[in-house]
Formats: sequence, structure tokens, C-alpha cells
Amino acid sequence: MSEEIILRVRNVRKAFGGLQAIHGVSFDLAKGEILGVIGPNGSGKTTLVNIVTGFVKPDSGEVFFKDKKISGLQAHKIADLGVTRTFQIMRPYHSLSAFKNLIVPLNSPRVRRTRGGRLGDRDAVAIDILEEIGFERDAYVPYKMASSLPLGYLKRLELARCIALRPEVIICDEIFSGLSMAEIATMIPVVEKLQMEGITIMMIEHRLRELFRLANRVIVMNFGEKLAEGTPEEVMGDHKVKEAYLGTEAA
Amino acid sequence: MRTESLYALSSWREMAYLLMPRLVLILGLLLLPLVLSMYWQRVLCSAGIYALLALGFDFLAQYVGLVSLGGAFFIGAGGYISGALNAYLGWPPVLTIPIATITGALMSTLVLLPCLRLRGIYFAIVSFMFPLLAVYIIVALNVFRGTEGISALATFPNIWVDQYLILGAVIVSLFSMRRLVNEDIGLILRGIRDNDQAVRASGIDITSYRTKAVFIASLMGCFGGAYLSHLYGWLGISLFSMDFSILPIAAAVLGGMGTLVGPVLGAFILTPMSEALRGFGQLRVVLYCLILIGFIVYKPEGLMNYLQRKYHQFEHWEEV
Repeated sequence: MSEEIILRVRNVRKAFGGLQAIHGVSFDLAKGEILGVIGPNGSGKTTLVNIVTGFVKPDSGEVFFKDKKISGLQAHKIADLGVTRTFQIMRPYHSLSAFKNLIVPLNSPRVRRTRGGRLGDRDAVAIDILEEIGFERDAYVPYKMASSLPLGYLKRLELARCIALRPEVIICDEIFSGLSMAEIATMIPVVEKLQMEGITIMMIEHRLRELFRLANRVIVMNFGEKLAEGTPEEVMGDHKVKEAYLGTEAA
Repeated sequence: MRTESLYALSSWREMAYLLMPRLVLILGLLLLPLVLSMYWQRVLCSAGIYALLALGFDFLAQYVGLVSLGGAFFIGAGGYISGALNAYLGWPPVLTIPIATITGALMSTLVLLPCLRLRGIYFAIVSFMFPLLAVYIIVALNVFRGTEGISALATFPNIWVDQYLILGAVIVSLFSMRRLVNEDIGLILRGIRDNDQAVRASGIDITSYRTKAVFIASLMGCFGGAYLSHLYGWLGISLFSMDFSILPIAAAVLGGMGTLVGPVLGAFILTPMSEALRGFGQLRVVLYCLILIGFIVYKPEGLMNYLQRKYHQFEHWEEV
């Protein structure tokens, strides 16, 4: 893993009315790493994703992607640069079949530019991506309407839509939540493969055991602040983290 | 197998099964003028205008997610531009109609541009206000001869041109739209309808796509308006009449939302029906409402979805 910093978040703050969702969070994302972000519900993890990807404007602070300031840009411009995300509440295009869902990112200006104009057979590219991520081609799952897909496939579809964009950074907002152990076991190699392909990944997750298998580094959020940062082992040994998760009365 | 719509065509019977509905529709529309009386031929022309509006409404509502109540604005913009070019500059309809279609659509798109960020009911309310606004401006400033309007515009040479021009436009628009919604741009628009945030996360500027969609829908409406002003050789504030905003919606409900062909059929059913009910005087509105309520309650899917389902049950297909 190189030490090149691809994404730099500096002192971002965001308040929704009287609620201070994020109080001055800073962190770096090194190229090629998997960074885990954990924290109790309401600790500002999703708001942080929304700020980095431009869906929410920070009140102050800056976000840099490869030394270019991206805070303040519109969400589609940031995605166009190569920082994309999945959504915690899945957002499939339910009136389209699964593989047609990928035609949307495959038609984006970024893909048209990075892969030399129009792709050949985009339907085939879409189906290949889906198969790679675990849609059984033989069972015709890629041809089913997104509205009829079960949860496990919808989570995969979210990730597939990111992959189709050929991004440099993928931010996964709880892609494991609600999945069975068996389903997660098939998702982990997919994420590992993305890392091997050189994609930098930031994972927001509640499933700590699975996350710690994947993550190189972990950030712990609590009440909109960064509580701790380090390798999974360091973070789990931190007494502040235990307090945040279990409460101060813990024996 | 790539798509669900790919079939192995092995016989003429199967070809006929796929082509029949299209042929019946096209030939039906083209032969209609030959069997109608003069009066009903006129009705057919206005039904065509409503069909274009209903098609545009269905496209925006079901494929882009913008519920537009601004049909009257499209008609008014197209009608006033082509009428004014004819009255003041003396240009013939051959020139004024295409110019009015394009400039009218540009104008409508420009006016609706600030509202494209709005969704659902908010877009509907704002788009509903524009025709009213236009009428007040025309009356208050007394431009284009205010409430009187301008008469004695150029008309089409004969009633056959009247009818086939609008029927041709309806058929061409219908099949182009059916094609468009399955092309790349159509898929992106449907993506925006289903989930605009996810489309933004794919690096696509949703406002520019919505703008294009509104332009396409207003092209059809403005053509209808330009055609209308030359059909009657007259332009006036009734081009902004609420009928043009409301009847297409009723037609879309009757015909089946989201099918594109349904709203067109709906317009060709509703317009003659409201003419036929003219004899009932004010009661006509009551009957008209009863029919609509009946449809919304008992067949909310609309005629076309129902017919399509029955047709597919009639002969089942083996997918490859």
C-alpha cells in the first residue's frame, strides 16, 4: 500500500438546525486502503458520507480529492471525478431490470470519457459486472426487475452500480447490514477484489467482525466527533471506544 | 437471452402476433378520416391535439417523474408564436409551424427551468400557474390584441391536410416516444424518476436530463398549439384554456398511465365523447365526471394495461 493520500477531509462541521451532526472531523484516506468507519447510531457516519460525496454541503471545513478541493461541488461533479457511494437505504431503479440499472452509470460522462467513447455492447458489460458481483447468470437474476429482487441482491446492485462507474474511491454505507452470514461471506471476496484492483474503499459498517477482517484502518465516530483512529486491534483495545459502545457504567 | 423482449420469430403467425396491434392502430388512425362526416372530422383534429398533449403528459409523469399541469402553456406558446408570425410578418404555416414548435418549446423549457428542482405536487402547482400568468400578461399589456385575439390567420388548404397533418404528427410522436424511453436517454430519465439521488451518485447531471425531457414534451404541445391556431385561423387567450391542461390527464387515466399509447387512445375516446355529450348541456360535465370516476375506481390501471394483459393471455409466448 502506498502512502499517497487520495482523499483528505479537514475539520468539517455540519449542523441540522440545533443539532450539531458533525463537529470538526478530519481524516485522510490513503490510496488503495480499506478504511472502516464505525460508531453508534446517530454518531454522524452517514452525514460524513453525504458531505464527502457532495449530497450535503458542510457548514465549514474542506474535502480534497487528490489535492483538488471538492467540498462545495455538486454531487454529480464529485462522482464524475471518481468518488462514488452506495446508499444505506437502497435506491435501485425499480422499474428497470437489474442489468438495465447499470446502463445508467455506464452512460455517464465519466465512463464515456475513461473508456474511450461509447462502449461496445453495454448490456454485456452490465451483465458481466453483475456476474462478477454474484448475480447468477444462469438463473436469469440479472434480467429480473429490480423491484422483485431480494435484499441481498439489492445490496449487491448498489455496489455494482458504483463499480460500473470505474471509480477511484467507493464509499459503502452499510452494505452488510441486513444480510445473512452466508451472504456476507460471499460479499467479502468482492470487496477484497476491488481493493486488489486498486480502488480505495471507505466502509461504514455496524458488522464489526466482518469489517475488521477487511479494514486496514478504522475510525470510530461518536456524537459527531472522531473518537479514535488506528488499526482494528488498536481501536478495539481503546477504552473510550468501549465506553461509547457499552456505556460508562460498564464493569 | 439478453432481454425479456427478445423472441425467436419462427412463423408469420408469430410475426403477426407482434405486429398486429401496431398495424391496427396506425391503419385505424389513418383510415378514420375517410369514414367520418365533416363535423366529426373537425372533432378528430382537436382529438389529435389532445393526444399529443396526453402523450407529453404521460412521458413527463411516468418516465421523468414530473407531473406537469402546464399543457395549456405549451398550446398557448406554440399558438401565439405561429399566429403572430403569420399575422404580423405574413409567413405561411409551412414556416410558422416548425418555427413555433421549436421556439415555443425553447420558451416553455426556459420558463419551467427554475422549477425543475421541484418534485411531485410542487412542480404540478407551479406548472399550472404559467398558463394563467400568460393570460393575465396578455390581457393587462393588451398585446396581440388582448382579449379579442387575432383572426383571419392563414388556414390549411383543405380538411384532408388538416386531418393527416395532426394524425401523422400523433403517429410519429407516439412511435418516437416509445423508442426514446428504451434508448439510453430514456433509461437515464427512468432512473431519475425512480431515484434521482442514485443517478447523481453515478456522475450524471439530472437537471440537464430533465431539461431535455421537458423540451421534448413541450415540442409536442407547441406543435399542437401552432397547428390549432392555423386550423381555426384564429388566436386568442382561449389557447391558454384549462381544458388543455386537464383533459390530457383524464385521457392518460382512461387510457392507462405509463403505456404512452394508452393516453393517445384515451384522447381519441374522450374528445369525441365530450362532443357527443354536448346535447346534454350542463349535464355533460356530470356524465363526464361519472365516467372518469368509474374508471379510476374500477379500472385504475386504464384501458391499455387491461387490453395488453388480455392480449398476452390470448396467446402465450415461449421465451428463448
